[in-house]
Amino acid sequence: MSIIIDRVNYIYSKDTAYEINALKDINLVIPDGQFIGLIGHTGSGKSTLVQHLNGLLKATSGKIYMNGEDIYDPSYSMKRLRSKVGLVFQYPEHQLFEVDVFKDVCYGPLNLGASEKEAQLRAFEALKRVGLNEEYYYQSPFELSGGQKRRAAIAGVLAMKPEVLILDEPTAGLDPQGRDEILEQIRKLHEENHMTIILVSHSMEDIAKYVERIIVMNQGEVLFDNAPKEVFRHYKELEKVGLAAPQVTYIMNRLLKKGLPVNPSVTTVEEAKTEILKALR
Amino acid sequence: MIRDITIGQYYPVDSIIHRLDPRVKLVGTVAFVISLFMFRRISGYLIASIFLFTVIQVSKVPIKFMIKGLKAIFLLLMITVIFNLFLTPGEPIIQIWKLVITKEGLKTAIFMAIRLVYLIMGSSIMTLTTTPNQLTDGLERLLKPFNKIKVPVHEIAMMMSIALRFIPILLEETDKIMKAQMARGADFESGNLMKKAKSLVPLLVPLFISAFRRANDLAMAMEARCYRGGEGRTKMKPLVYKRMDYIAYAVMCFYFILLFTAGKLMGA
Repeated sequence: MSIIIDRVNYIYSKDTAYEINALKDINLVIPDGQFIGLIGHTGSGKSTLVQHLNGLLKATSGKIYMNGEDIYDPSYSMKRLRSKVGLVFQYPEHQLFEVDVFKDVCYGPLNLGASEKEAQLRAFEALKRVGLNEEYYYQSPFELSGGQKRRAAIAGVLAMKPEVLILDEPTAGLDPQGRDEILEQIRKLHEENHMTIILVSHSMEDIAKYVERIIVMNQGEVLFDNAPKEVFRHYKELEKVGLAAPQVTYIMNRLLKKGLPVNPSVTTVEEAKTEILKALR
Repeated sequence: MIRDITIGQYYPVDSIIHRLDPRVKLVGTVAFVISLFMFRRISGYLIASIFLFTVIQVSKVPIKFMIKGLKAIFLLLMITVIFNLFLTPGEPIIQIWKLVITKEGLKTAIFMAIRLVYLIMGSSIMTLTTTPNQLTDGLERLLKPFNKIKVPVHEIAMMMSIALRFIPILLEETDKIMKAQMARGADFESGNLMKKAKSLVPLLVPLFISAFRRANDLAMAMEARCYRGGEGRTKMKPLVYKRMDYIAYAVMCFYFILLFTAGKLMGA
């Protein structure tokens, strides 16, 4: 499922005293099966942008094409769009409501018109895929821990079998272990099912290891759009917009300055280790 | 979508009216509303119009925001006009079938409509130029004498300001929850009444849970800062009348004197 975003503008509270131009002339092409990190400071427009992709917000001007079809065409069904582009919001508390987790996950497929049996089948599969332990299936979603709630929420969207999965800050408020587990699970989804995944975050550190492309947003505009290595090369500019490259980037640049012949464009600790060992030998 | 609804509808510009003490604005608004029902002559309407439109000019709030507030009373306005128009006895001008429009009826209908419109515009000047917090602050000060007869004025004011403070938060939360459920294929619009009511469950459950959680957190935060009611509590920004406020009161008095003398003169 390829997505083309063509000169999209979005203005909040248009024609009032509180008018905010949240997106300014965004142009992006998202090919099938890519794992993308969308990064920006609070208020950079990243959440606004992803809400356009499944039609929750309608662009003030500009077009969005899914597989070549204009989603603003009156004949294009929003329900179909939302079944293709799954969006998981930041707070699982905003969507969990049923008496138990299993029923909650069934809600999405039932809305799409799946039969009871089909919905249950999909829910079961989705819960399996997010790695939630079976003992939690019939517990109230409100009794789960933060990480488990997040898994339940992701399963709720996965059960709709989307082709594109967008996760808005899936690791916010989780401890490091919970964060790594969730990210690892998302990576698996990408690898096993070849889903297009867009990971929204404000932390480079979190996503550098996983994504193949990073889109940096600042004040409603796309600042960088490239492979992680290329983006991190601009770590000085990133700092100016309130972001930071992963810590290893800084270490490698420092080492290079001190005279150790290393390649500074590594993104993970593992790569940095091999690079330093190579230089020391 | 929900973001566009403004409650409290404060319009953030800097003007003399914005800087006035909220007490002045509260008293002024009440006085203006009362004044609207004190005269019956054209002269009175003229003076009230001049007064109202001068205040609107000075407040720097675009007039279209006042008009917006009128939409809410449109139906009421129409009913008032129609009843007055047809049901006032007097000298008939036009007769359509059994409906008679009288001269007196036409007059009362027009004046009644103007009164209602001015009433709404007058009070929207207050809400457009005063933040909800300032308003409750002013109200608390004005009602302070009632403390003597055991009315918990501070508690009421505190409850009001908390409620007002939470309206935008809960609206935003509703918006987020709606979006989260819509992303899961929820449909809040179509279907019959029963179906619509049922579709609200996925919205209301998370909303209630979050409201209770917030209330709990707020109570905890207030307790942690030793809040224990109004007794002996001082304010960081106590309301003090400044020169401008006295001038505003003087202008109000002048307006009333003008109304009375105009009424007397024309009446004589």
